[in-house]
Amino acid sequence: MSFKQLHNVTLREDRMASYNLKINGEARVVDADPDTPMLYVLRDNLALKGPKFGCGLAQCGACTIHVNGEAVRSCVLPIDEVKDRTVTTLEGLGTSAKPSKLQQAFIQEQAAQCGYCVNGMIMTSAALLAKNKSPSETEIRAALADNLCRCGTHQRIVAAVKRAAAA
Amino acid sequence: MTTSSARTSFDRREFLKASGILAIGFSMSGMVGSADAATLRAPKSVAKEAIDSWLTISPDNRVTIFCGKVDLGTGARTALTQLAADELDVAFERIEMVMGDTATTPDQWLTAGNLTIFQGGSELRRAAACARLALVDRAAQRLGVPANELTVEDGVVRVKASPTQSVRYGELIGDGLKLQVDQKVTLKKNTEYKVIGKSIPRVDIPAKVTAEFTYIHDFRLPDMLHARVIRSDHHGARVASVDDAAARQVNGFVQTVRKGDFVAVVARNEWAAVKAARAIRIDWTAGTGLPDQATVFETWRQRPVAKEEVTQNAGDAKAALDGSAKRVKATYDFAVQTHATIGPSCAVADFQDGKLTVWTSSQATHSMQHELAVITGLPREAIRLVFIEGAGCYGRNGTEDAAADAALIATLIGKPVRVQWSRADETARAPKSPPRTMDLEAGLDAQGNVVAWSGDFYIALNHIAAFKPLDFPLLAATETGIPRPGNWVGFLFQNTGQPYQFPNIRVNTRHIAEAFFRSSHLRSPGRIENSFANEGFMDELATAANADPAEFRLRYLKDPRAIDVLQAAMKLAGWQARPGPNPNAGSGPVVKGRGIAYLRYNNAITYVAAVAEVEVDKSSGEIRVTRVCASHDCGEMVNPDGVANQVEGGVLQTVSRTLLETVAWDRNMVKSVDWETYPIMRFPAAPKVEVALIDRPGTVAWGAGEPMACAIPAAIANAVFDATGARLRSVPFTPDKVKAALAGVQPQRG
Repeated sequence: MSFKQLHNVTLREDRMASYNLKINGEARVVDADPDTPMLYVLRDNLALKGPKFGCGLAQCGACTIHVNGEAVRSCVLPIDEVKDRTVTTLEGLGTSAKPSKLQQAFIQEQAAQCGYCVNGMIMTSAALLAKNKSPSETEIRAALADNLCRCGTHQRIVAAVKRAAAA
Repeated sequence: MTTSSARTSFDRREFLKASGILAIGFSMSGMVGSADAATLRAPKSVAKEAIDSWLTISPDNRVTIFCGKVDLGTGARTALTQLAADELDVAFERIEMVMGDTATTPDQWLTAGNLTIFQGGSELRRAAACARLALVDRAAQRLGVPANELTVEDGVVRVKASPTQSVRYGELIGDGLKLQVDQKVTLKKNTEYKVIGKSIPRVDIPAKVTAEFTYIHDFRLPDMLHARVIRSDHHGARVASVDDAAARQVNGFVQTVRKGDFVAVVARNEWAAVKAARAIRIDWTAGTGLPDQATVFETWRQRPVAKEEVTQNAGDAKAALDGSAKRVKATYDFAVQTHATIGPSCAVADFQDGKLTVWTSSQATHSMQHELAVITGLPREAIRLVFIEGAGCYGRNGTEDAAADAALIATLIGKPVRVQWSRADETARAPKSPPRTMDLEAGLDAQGNVVAWSGDFYIALNHIAAFKPLDFPLLAATETGIPRPGNWVGFLFQNTGQPYQFPNIRVNTRHIAEAFFRSSHLRSPGRIENSFANEGFMDELATAANADPAEFRLRYLKDPRAIDVLQAAMKLAGWQARPGPNPNAGSGPVVKGRGIAYLRYNNAITYVAAVAEVEVDKSSGEIRVTRVCASHDCGEMVNPDGVANQVEGGVLQTVSRTLLETVAWDRNMVKSVDWETYPIMRFPAAPKVEVALIDRPGTVAWGAGEPMACAIPAAIANAVFDATGARLRSVPFTPDKVKAALAGVQPQRG
């Protein structure tokens, strides 16, 4: 989506509304403008830290969340379109005390430098592994092709996904 | 090469297993980065010479280290904790690290220049070693036993002969040590290390992969407002008029802030700030324009020169060139690039009771106190910057600008405010690496020996204003009419000199007074451009001498560590000696080659070499880097896996810079505003990276963040030559330039 398209999309009339959301297995009520991207709902209204602002243009993947199990870009998903679908963020996968298999694999491979993109890497990979239990390296790279990493951690991230698939 | 721990063909998993400490506690993870509470630590001594500035110890023996260097996503927090743990004789897990808080940490200069471990770590080690000595002295008095009869384990001092007689650091520290750091204190020998040299897992990663980590972007204050600063697309344009009627209609809008050309909208939530920033109407004056990008390097070399400096001089290069049998000459260019941080810059500021506090991921919190004093008009003493980690910055990106934006807005409205830059702000408006062009010439004798080397480097002036070396023209300063004559860009002359033993050398630098864009340091500033030219040209000389490029380099290297690192890369890559181009490159449209590059960072510290393997599609002009073998000697390694991570990152980021990256602009404005207009490398294109780390226990520990990147552009260019016989002398190596080089025509510049 281009900047201009997004610009037009988002300048709808403001109408604060109340939404019943299902986030990480919990029912949450949020008052927000209908055009508010889920990224801001999750971060500002619900104080979640997993999804990150990277571009607001669905170009980098830092904001990735799961909606009904699909990896989607929360920066261009208005709250009004989420309705009763199930939303999962990185917080919903595990904790440092009890990480998911994939999170554990990222720790074991030390697959982060600054780690800002890692939310998107894990959420995209988790969606991949849910559909494909043992992806090839090429499939992993293809699945992550629209997730950008600037620190150059690509090799470790791929290794972490492989490790999680093998675990 | 030290045999005890020399490693090639580094396998991280094996190494982590061998180090036997994979299970070391992630107990720190809850603490690392959990800055949600926004509780500020009480200000304390920050004088570098006072031991108490560097650490506190609680009664239950927990140590807090106060470090002026910060972690920019490199693992510095973990490595610096390792250094402190061994010097103090305290368990790694018992140490908490506070970084970059101007009210509690000593000023250790910028976190930059590959200096965090070498300079910052050394300072910390000396302070910690002095603290240990002082504590042991106190224990000797308390226990009535001479200090040399005491031993320390995990912060507990015991009588060697009677281990039940003991006292904890926490019982000895009282209200501090009140002593000065002895700069000549004896540091731990490498044989005494417990955690230095081990691949301790990074303390921040568990929290980062589970969303428990608080980045600056996640930091919140009670009743915090959200702001966006609106800036002109056109370069140098000024505000003519502001109409915020439409912005006022946005649900959650609070106010518009204007001071001179600085205009911001403030809202109750971030989305409202985004919408208000889009809705506000600003009329701008015409901008000051930009030079034609197509001829940027010609323009660059014609700009006024502030000074010239010879960086290397031996023999008589001119006479030797004139007398040589064969002369080779080439010009190399390196594009304007940008940091392209994944998370656009962000900062939070609060102004209460005449005191300004700014939470920021700045690599320069201490020098920013001065910068913010200039911008806000507050006394320096009233300004505190608190470091909270951000997205990787790789130099001075927009972070310091965002901190200044937040500081200015907070002082103008008197409320806590968060400023989040947009993608376009970060990509287009953050400072850029300056353009670069470099002329090289060399002479060979009839046997193919290099008899003369001459270089002329057109580099941006590191504009240092009197007594304020780190001054920088932050946007909030310029826009509010505050002149900032200084512009710190770093030591761009480094690595203009080359490391080879030639009889006649002259290397000159021409310092261009003013760049087109605000210029700043971008990972390995100067060294990456200079090494591209030097190592690309060295390859041209090997070809002129009909020699194998690796053996040709070895002919002129005398330093055993230089030779080791070059041979380590050759071994890892399975290098077969032969002159280029590759006789077996292939006959189809896709041809293969390999290239090598070597350098020593600053010609003074870390040694690196790289072999790149490439496939070049001659019809499309596309280069695919398939494999990079990187060797690295930074002396004693504090955390080998941390070094490996930085080396891999240096390779992969630089493959992106080399193949893809150039800031685009027209005569009015920067056109690179997002990831479509400033593309970076994606997963399918990432080469396999193999790393050979050479450990040198007992030697000085140098940095690992920047050196490896410098070898990559030339290694790739040399590999493309090997594959195709065409030289690439202008970064980035876009398909158009590759096709032009293949056609044997002068490559398109820009």
